Amino acid sequence: MNAGRVLATLAAGMLFGFGLSYSTMIRPEVVLSFLRFQDFGLMLVMGGAVVVVLLAYKLVPRLLVRPLLDDHFHEHPSVWNRDTAVGAALFGVGWGLCGVCPGPAIAGLGAGNWNLLWALTGIALGALMQGLRAK
Amino acid sequence: MSITQSLFPLGWQHYLLGGLTIGAGAALLFVMTGRIGGMSTVFSSTWSYLLRRPFFQQRRFVDSRGWRLVYAAGLILGALVWWLGFAGGKPEATAVPVWQLLVGGFFVGYGARLGNGCTSGHGICGLGSLQLPSLLAVLTFMATAFLTANLVARVLS
Repeated sequence: MNAGRVLATLAAGMLFGFGLSYSTMIRPEVVLSFLRFQDFGLMLVMGGAVVVVLLAYKLVPRLLVRPLLDDHFHEHPSVWNRDTAVGAALFGVGWGLCGVCPGPAIAGLGAGNWNLLWALTGIALGALMQGLRAK
Repeated sequence: MSITQSLFPLGWQHYLLGGLTIGAGAALLFVMTGRIGGMSTVFSSTWSYLLRRPFFQQRRFVDSRGWRLVYAAGLILGALVWWLGFAGGKPEATAVPVWQLLVGGFFVGYGARLGNGCTSGHGICGLGSLQLPSLLAVLTFMATAFLTANLVARVLS
């Protein structure tokens, strides 16, 4: 990766992390209050993010032949199969238990939320176990 | 109490503005590097630095592990900017018990990697590219998360 790409990726991550913090998604209590139907803010966070990403994914490849710092636009098709269904269901159980998903687990550290290290450790171990069990 | 207040007792502006900023981050990554920036893959790709197993040595992990770590470092820096510049540097903390964070985290990591995506991968990038499988994944994890969170609130309080 050249320096420009590193800086652009870092800047993109910073916007993402700033947004997660500003919207208080790095507070598990806020996420859990959404899951308990007490505060619907998470819908606005997700909705706002989806709209911007939708516009970018649709419009940018029409306006540019290639990304500004690389040679092609990636695609990441998702598939619906047993693994996706079981994985999503298990992810939801974990998310409902702790109120932390991968982005906030990482970003929360930048805001001094050291308790989230427990969630981060759990996520890393879960991902490890998934890889060890996969064929 | 107005509808807005009952739906969003803590206000709504910061949610919408934060969401738009998250989207801007993923959009910037796409415009500059063409990449799709979900957050859960880094938890598999980083293991490829340590483990020789063929699963972790797949090209999709080895080829993306570098930028994914940079992206994750950006997440921490962005939160740091918010913390010091907007939140007065008062440390964030959570009252969610350690066992819930650890066990819940384990299921989050296992499930997100088995299902190839989390709230950002399926939720933001997948829905943002209008993929039906991602919509089904989001509906599935929302359903089990609602059930779990409400069950836990009943049983443990």
